Parts: sequence; structure tokens; C-alpha cells
Amino acid sequence: MSTEPLLRIDALGIDLPLDGELRTVVHRVDLGIPEGAAVALVGESGSGKSLTARSVLGLLPPGARVHGEVLFAGESVPRMRPERLRAFRATDVAMVFQDPRAHINPARGIGDFLIEGLTTARGVPAAEASRKVTAILREVGIPDAERRMRQRPHELSGGLLQRVMIAAALAAEPRLLLADEPTTALDVTTQEEVMAIIGEARAARGLALLFITHDLELAAAVCDRVAVMYAGTTVEELPADRLRGRASHPYTRALLASRPSVSDIGAQLRSIPGRPLSGFEVPGGCAFGDRCPRARDLCRTDRPEPASVEDGTAACHFPHPLTLEETGRHA
Amino acid sequence: MSPRFAATRLAMLVVTVLVSSLAIHGAMFLTPGDPATLLVGGSRNPDPAVLAQIHRAYHLDDPFLQGYWHWLGDCLRGDFGKSLVYRDSVADLIGDRAGTTLALVLYASVLVLAAGTVIGTVAALRGGRTETLATTVTAGAMAVPTFVMAVLLIWLFAVKLPWFPVYGSGEGFTGTLTHLTLPAAALAMTWIGYVAQVTRTAVRAEMRSEHVETARSRGVPERTVIRRHVLHNASGPVFAVSGVGIAGIIATAAVAEQAFGTGGLGALMIEAAAKQDMAVVQAVSLIFVVVFVLINTAVDLISTALDPRAAQKEAR
Repeated sequence: MSTEPLLRIDALGIDLPLDGELRTVVHRVDLGIPEGAAVALVGESGSGKSLTARSVLGLLPPGARVHGEVLFAGESVPRMRPERLRAFRATDVAMVFQDPRAHINPARGIGDFLIEGLTTARGVPAAEASRKVTAILREVGIPDAERRMRQRPHELSGGLLQRVMIAAALAAEPRLLLADEPTTALDVTTQEEVMAIIGEARAARGLALLFITHDLELAAAVCDRVAVMYAGTTVEELPADRLRGRASHPYTRALLASRPSVSDIGAQLRSIPGRPLSGFEVPGGCAFGDRCPRARDLCRTDRPEPASVEDGTAACHFPHPLTLEETGRHA
Repeated sequence: MSPRFAATRLAMLVVTVLVSSLAIHGAMFLTPGDPATLLVGGSRNPDPAVLAQIHRAYHLDDPFLQGYWHWLGDCLRGDFGKSLVYRDSVADLIGDRAGTTLALVLYASVLVLAAGTVIGTVAALRGGRTETLATTVTAGAMAVPTFVMAVLLIWLFAVKLPWFPVYGSGEGFTGTLTHLTLPAAALAMTWIGYVAQVTRTAVRAEMRSEHVETARSRGVPERTVIRRHVLHNASGPVFAVSGVGIAGIIATAAVAEQAFGTGGLGALMIEAAAKQDMAVVQAVSLIFVVVFVLINTAVDLISTALDPRAAQKEAR
């Protein structure tokens, strides 16, 4: 990439205190999001994708230690002073969390939640903030905005509440939106609406997006590029259109083969043998080595470094060659 | 808060008071011995005619329900009957002593609310050694009974260090304040422990909650996060346990009043019970029950106003 991306995550590692000792839960994440682009971070639960998203906001649990670099517009987030970090969170990056019912204070009003970011963090007068968020509420498909502003979270459905959360994130006019499985807590029809709202808001504002999900299909549909995480490591990073059928990393292929397909109804689903590891359980060598059909001796002793494969990168000693004519089902 | 919820709570209040008044009256009815003998001086062969006259005057021979009805009706009119021992109207006896008890309970309640919430909040926010120390000390305070605490306080702050008077209720505002400090502290100590522990747990839980993470992720200043999200949301359980604590203080006020000789309703009740002065015991018990239930109902109503979800759960 010729120009410096808006967000660059460089060999990010995160240690967390677990049972009194520091354990590495994120080993190595490499990721770049250009201005206005959408990148998905895909992985199983426990793979470290939510922690990675939080590290972009400097929002890690107390006692966490960060290695590597998280650069936003060239500025290091882990090195920000508390005051600078606060201003950064208030203006540059906004996060939409997974479960709006838990992530919106249930004891305060909707209006209060919406304007809080503007009034307390940015010093916008309450009346002006109210006008602004009312307009954004309408934009995210909440027509009776004034009434909703006076309600409390328990009076709104999950889908409405997630729109409120998105509206609150947009109100800060950020350059980057972090969406941490924004649709996982919602039912299927609401999921589509919520993704459409995020898509429209991005188009209207030229907003960059880091989309955290475990849904490869959704990731490929919404984003330009996809990064796949396994046990605390980004194992592959590639353009979304290459995901189906032409992924290089055996884990990416195994993930694709283990989900049902619309075109190949009746085919048996493949499961990946073994169980997913948490970052801190990873032995020496490749994290996926024990479950990988292509693993050889080298994979058990040497941890693979990310290397470019065509227009992406893969951390694998023996990536799938791209020249072969293959479909995602027969990895 | 829905009017229906408030109405249900008020109806429950009335039912509770009725049931407990029945129990209070019934307990007195079942007490062995004839109070009339006491009144004539406890002589070995009292005149049956005089006894009968006393029985009539004090409604001692009425059937249970009739007696109860009669008594309850009088109580509602503010007439608690006449004391057999003091030969005075019970209402006057109570009126003379209610002020001291009220001051004592208020003083102890202020101590519970102020010390309990401050200790709990500081412990949760500071963490580390402060938290360990606060948890240990408050757990100790919870374990010491009021009468032991009373003796300890007298020994320390009245005998060893002559800072406070040991006995009496004092004159004027400052006099009352100095005289009631030790009894109020003795009463409050257990509940300071409880409230501090509940506050610490509630504040801790809110500090880790997801909505606090959201507020931090938006760059809301930490002080504002603590005030608007952590303390605001932790206030529900703290308020609820404080209400129970204040009600509990009313119930144990008698112990402190007796130990420090401050006088008051509790002391009056103990004295009256020892002398089988039924009318006084009944009236004071009833007042305690009513105040106890009133406080609990108020706490419930205010809690639901603070957190509308509680009322919803209730309605389901």
C-alpha cells in the first residue's frame, strides 16, 4: 500500500493477568485499514478478536500489557497519555458493542445515553446535542425519535436498541467505526437491517469500518478485506472476493468448508478435528498445527511468520497454492 | 412506577400491620398472670370486687376478638389506653419519650448511610490494601452484637478517654448530640458493616459492567463515569439494604437506650414488659411495627422509582 492506512496494527501482542500471572492471549495481529475501507476480523470465540478491537481504543482490562504497535493516523494508541486517549475516544473512533442491552446503561434514559458522549466528552450544549442525535436517530430508521429519546432501554426491542447504539457511535462523527459482532445478539431479520444501516452510514460519511464477526459469509459480503484470526494470531489476510475457494491458509479453508452452503445443499458439513485453542494455550510451532491436514514436522517446531501470498498475507509454512483450480468444499 | 404497583404495596402495608397487631394483642392475651393483682399492690388476698372493677375498667375480661377490635379502634383514634403502672395515658408516656428515640434512630441512620456508603465506595474504587482492610474491619463490625459494642464504646470513649458522657439523654441540641453519639454509634456499627459491604460489592460489579465500558469507550471522563454510571447504578441495592438497616436500628434501639440509660420508647417497653404493663407494651410494639413497615414500603417505592426494571419484574 502506497499511503499510510488510517489504522495500522503491527505485530500486536496482548498479555493479560490470569490467575495471578501474565498470559499471552494475543500473539500476533497484523492489520491495516485504509481511510474509508471496511475490514473484517473473523475468528472463533476466544481467538482474541474482541481484545484486538478494544486495543484500538486503548480499552484493555487493568494489568494488560501490549506489545507491538497500534497506529491511528500515524499516532501510537498504546503510548497515548490518559487525557489524549480520552479525546481520541471521543472524536476519532467509536465502537458498537455486541449486546446493546448490557452495553447501554439500563438505569438511564435513551436520550441521556445518546447525548452523553457529546455533552460530557466534547462539551456540546445539551440542546444542540439533542437536536443532532434526533436527526441521526431518524437516519438510522427510528422515525419517532423524540418519543424514543424519552424512553428507557427496557422499553425498546433489541434491534431498536442496537440502532440507538449505532446512532450514539455516529453522533461522535468518528473516522473509524469498530463493530464488535453487532448483530450476534439479534434475530436474523433484524441482523440484516442493522448491517444495512451500518452500510448506509458508512457510504454517507466515508467511514472506515473494523467489523468483528465469526460469520465468514457476512464478512465477505460487507467488507473489502478479511483478516482471519486463530488462537490469538491473524493467520491470513486477503481480499474478500478471494475468500471463497482461493484462500491460502488451511484454517481459512477449513472454516469455509465447515459452514453450510446455499449452492451445495445436502453435502455433509466438515468439522475441524480437535478443539479451538485460546491464545494462552498455544504451544510452540504453528497454533493450528495439531488440527491441520497439511501439517508437517516443521509446523510443530517453528511458528510461521506472516508472508505475502499474492495480494494478501498468510502465516503458514505450506499455504495452498493459488494456481490450482479448486472450490472451497474440497480443501 | 405504576399506580398499581404503589397501590399493591400500600395494601400489603395495611395487611402486615393488621396481622402483626393481631399477633401483638394475642401475645398479651396469652401472657400468664393477672395484671390487676399487680395494680392492687400484689397483696396475697386482693379484694375480688376491686379486681373485678379493674378488669372492667381495663377491658381485661372481654373475649379475644372483641377486645382486639376495641383496642385497635382506640389505637386508630390515638387512644392507646391507660398504663396500669404509671397511671398515665399511654399516649402521653409515648409522647414524652418518642423524641429521644427518634433523635437516636435518625442519628444512627445518618451514621449508617454516611459511613457505610463512603467506606464501601472508597474500598471498591481504591482496591488493593484499602479494600482488604475495609472488608476485614466491616466484617468485624457486622459480627459484634449491639450490647457488646455498647460496652466497648463506653469503656473506650467514656472511661479510658473521657470524651463522651456515659449516661442520660442531655439537654439542648449539642447536649443531645454528645449524649446520643455513643448509643447511636453502638446501634449503627453492625449496619455500617452491612452497608459498606453491599456498597463495595455493588460498586465493584458496576465498575466491571459492560455499560461502564461503553461510557469509557466514548471518552467520557472517568469521574463522570463513576458518578453517572457506577454510583448511580450501585445506589439501588445500597439504598435497599440501608432501608432494612434503619428498620433494624429501630428494632434494636431498646438495647442501646437501656445500655446508655438515654430513656426512650425502647427503654419504656423493656420496663413495661418487666412490670406486665400490657397497654404500654402493646402500644410501643404496634408503633415499632408500623414504623418498620412504613420504612420498608418507602424503600420499595423509592427503589422502583430509581430502577423501573424492578417494578417490571414484580408485575410479571
